[in-house]
Amino acid sequence: MSRSPASSAGRALRAVGAWLEERTGLGAQVGAVATHAVPRNTASWWYVFGSASLVVFVLQVVTGICLATVYTPSANDAWTSLVQLDTEVPLGWFLRALHGWGSNFMVALVLVHMVQVFLFGAFKYPRELTWTVGVFLLLMTLGMAFTGQVLRFDQDAYWGLGIGASIAGRMPLVGSRVVHMLLGGPIIAGATLSRFFALHVFVIPGALLALVGLHLLLVLRLGINEWPMPGRLVDRVTYRQRYEEQVHADGVRFFPDAAQRDVVFAGIVILALVACAAVFGPIGPGGQPDPAIIDTVPAPDFFFLWIYSLFALLPPSVETPLILIGPVVAIGLLFALPFLSGTGEKSWRRRPFAVITVVLLALTMGTLTYLGTFAPWSPVMEAWSALPTPAPYLEDRSPLQIQGALIVQAKQCRNCHALGGEGGRRGPALDSVATRLTRDQLIRQVLQGGGNMPAYGKNLSPSEVTALVAFLETLHPPGQVPARNASATPVGN
Amino acid sequence: MADPRRPNGAVPPVSRRGFLLTLGVTLSSVAAALFAIPVVGFLFSPVRRLARQAWIPLGSLADFPEGETRLAVYRNPFVQPWDGETANVPCWVRRIAGDSFQVFAINCAHLGCPVRWFPESGLFMCPCHGGVYYADGSRASGPPPRGLFEYQHKVERGQLWVRGGELPTLSEPV
Repeated sequence: MSRSPASSAGRALRAVGAWLEERTGLGAQVGAVATHAVPRNTASWWYVFGSASLVVFVLQVVTGICLATVYTPSANDAWTSLVQLDTEVPLGWFLRALHGWGSNFMVALVLVHMVQVFLFGAFKYPRELTWTVGVFLLLMTLGMAFTGQVLRFDQDAYWGLGIGASIAGRMPLVGSRVVHMLLGGPIIAGATLSRFFALHVFVIPGALLALVGLHLLLVLRLGINEWPMPGRLVDRVTYRQRYEEQVHADGVRFFPDAAQRDVVFAGIVILALVACAAVFGPIGPGGQPDPAIIDTVPAPDFFFLWIYSLFALLPPSVETPLILIGPVVAIGLLFALPFLSGTGEKSWRRRPFAVITVVLLALTMGTLTYLGTFAPWSPVMEAWSALPTPAPYLEDRSPLQIQGALIVQAKQCRNCHALGGEGGRRGPALDSVATRLTRDQLIRQVLQGGGNMPAYGKNLSPSEVTALVAFLETLHPPGQVPARNASATPVGN
Repeated sequence: MADPRRPNGAVPPVSRRGFLLTLGVTLSSVAAALFAIPVVGFLFSPVRRLARQAWIPLGSLADFPEGETRLAVYRNPFVQPWDGETANVPCWVRRIAGDSFQVFAINCAHLGCPVRWFPESGLFMCPCHGGVYYADGSRASGPPPRGLFEYQHKVERGQLWVRGGELPTLSEPV
């Protein structure tokens, strides 16, 4: 009797499988782990973010290794090797795009995973250590994002390092030593890039792999957090027994019953990542890292924009203590959370303070990130020479007033003050300044500054001040009277 | 439990296995410590205070007109071949009159971004968080906690020299 080639190939494969299984025994172990019972209510779309983070992490390792075969971690060559990856190496641009967008995806997924775990009370007994390891994983993910931005060795990377060093330099006593440790010397140079390369490809990924393993081990050992039921409190004495009973009475196999959603979501995430990489392309590199090119406006990557905003908006008097103590307190609170609130109510429906904390943090960081995208506190460096004075502001003006309009441009006033909606937003827009300040107040403000405005007394001649103020006095909406000095014309006169 | 071979209940001598284990742990601990010393020393070597500043010529006096502020670039005196462009260090040179100079670091005193000079308004402006300084480097507005960092400088043999080689920060303002 003849056998079909397909079935004989199948038999051969099974034979190889049986041979391997007899020696390794891995199949039985993996099978047992994959099909272990979990509470039925964890088969939910809310439980997919951890596995998706893991999938993206594996992809980052793959694309990272690919990039490392071309990338040159030398300050002299790094930027050029990135440009070559983008333009000459076949598919280099796409691998860079996958790695860059993968970084964004991973930070986002880790954050969403953490919020879900927090709201579902999954950090409570007996999963305190799982949370603690997770906080380390979050910090390392952010560490990878920052060191990765440094390896994209462009102007933003160079000045980002300068910002990091300036923050470290604010530490009392040890400041300069920490700066030297961070930079690998007294100044940003080749040694700086080399040590960030070592951090990004050896130190942090190694620690990440080990801690991801521990994190998974803990999840398997302690069981996936059951869907929290309002009023069902966590008690150290009864919790584990009740969990076992629930799994026994109403459990499903992790694979495929619970994990099928993870598989679907992972597929969606990978497709979205590939789409982002294909559509938006690689992130940078920006301008070459030559510090002598000072016409640059450094800004951090998306997930660090909120910190950038915070630095601009904190009052200078409290800035140093807040920069140095704030992160310690914030990270300390994250670590302390399961030990401060390790038992009791798990459901977010009965934890209003937890929900409000998440909402407030999301609003705060969202607002700061939004502000960071256009940085209203920064002077617009080219506004004075690039933006025209709005034509309506020049109509029916006297020669002196037009001279004043010229001074607004020439003296860089528009770098901080907008006219007609264009210009800097550091100071107030000047479109209706005449309704707020009288002539005398305008002169005083221009000459002496104040309220965050530099004094222009030394850089304006008296005739320039006269012309400038004559123009500013015309800036009020039609039909709205200019500000006047009430004491100069008392009532009854 | 009494050892039948030692009926008098004497203290049992250290067994060979116990001795080897103690010896092994002690030896390995000493070896690990000896191994760790150079590793830790290597990792922390950048912290050691070396003479990392040197006098560098910025250019002849004729390059700096009196009453003006000009950008100058010097090469880091402790450059390595693989430092590339990062060894270019820019600074602002203000020639007040004659041999009277001020040389400002490019780095904003707030968080180190490169400040730009605007001669028309006589201001340095920072693109990052909006720090502004007057022509003499003093703080005008914004978040910087102090004025611009100033390099030590001297005029010698018709050249302007600065003492550089270190990133200025609040704890080491050049």
